[in-house]
Amino acid sequence: MKKQKSNSWIFLSIVILIYILIFVSKRELFSSSINFFIKVILDIIPVFIFVFILMTFTNYYITPKFVEKHFKERGIKKWFFAIIGGILSTGPIYLWYPFLSELKKKGLNYGIISCFLYNRAIMIPLLPIAIFYFGVEYVLTLSIVMIFMSVIQGKLINRIIKND
Amino acid sequence: MQEKSIKETVIKTGKSLWNLLPMTIGTILLVSLGVNIIPKSFYISLFENHSIFSALIGSLVGSISAGTPITSYIIGGELLEKGISLMAVTAFIVSWVTVGIIQFPIEAKALGKRFTFLRNLSSFVFSIIIAFIIVLILEAIK
Repeated sequence: MKKQKSNSWIFLSIVILIYILIFVSKRELFSSSINFFIKVILDIIPVFIFVFILMTFTNYYITPKFVEKHFKERGIKKWFFAIIGGILSTGPIYLWYPFLSELKKKGLNYGIISCFLYNRAIMIPLLPIAIFYFGVEYVLTLSIVMIFMSVIQGKLINRIIKND
Repeated sequence: MQEKSIKETVIKTGKSLWNLLPMTIGTILLVSLGVNIIPKSFYISLFENHSIFSALIGSLVGSISAGTPITSYIIGGELLEKGISLMAVTAFIVSWVTVGIIQFPIEAKALGKRFTFLRNLSSFVFSIIIAFIIVLILEAIK
């Protein structure tokens, strides 16, 4: 655990070092990257707060027994939950990892997690832009095929990784 | 059994997020850099004259790219305008939004290396399969 923590800080240090080198050699690239970084940070703060609330809620109410009851049952219910949850979830993908990690600790299987993550690619607020470029027919077909493939991916991952 | 208090739960959640903070900040910094380093013109030049392997190239480029899905739609739209095949563009868009090479460290930290590797690898393969399926369906509809 301590090693993982220090690796995270080493990773951040290396990235900061890269930025320092860019600052010295390519000031314009540094400025545009930092501006983009600030924009992303400002955009994700509300999502981060939402994730924090959701994680607290999960930690408090969703016990392993609860997860066992709702997510471990057989059938399409759990897959339906993962698909809808993935499509409706907002914000950058990396903000959801801690939440999913918590759910994993509480017994959620990897297949459901991968199904959730795959369906995050279907972003309802961005669909009008996709339709603008590719048309309704294409976007609808792509969304349906992706939902279908997300379940196949989940099943495949469950077969390969035996859950603890 | 003694139930956890709200305060304890909030502290525990805070610690979980704090542990992921350096990796999150580092990832966003890398994404910011990637978005600014790789120009849109790079994608267009890469797809030209690669009709046979365009789906594979589309998947590869989409996998290593970073940015919001909107960027992939804009580039995908430009590629289609340039006459790049729908299969390549679909593989590109799907891998862009489903494969996360840059996010790999943070995902692996939260969910495990094996799962992250399998998820990304299968997402990469699936982006090519989906591209084939989409083209087949759309051709069948027309």
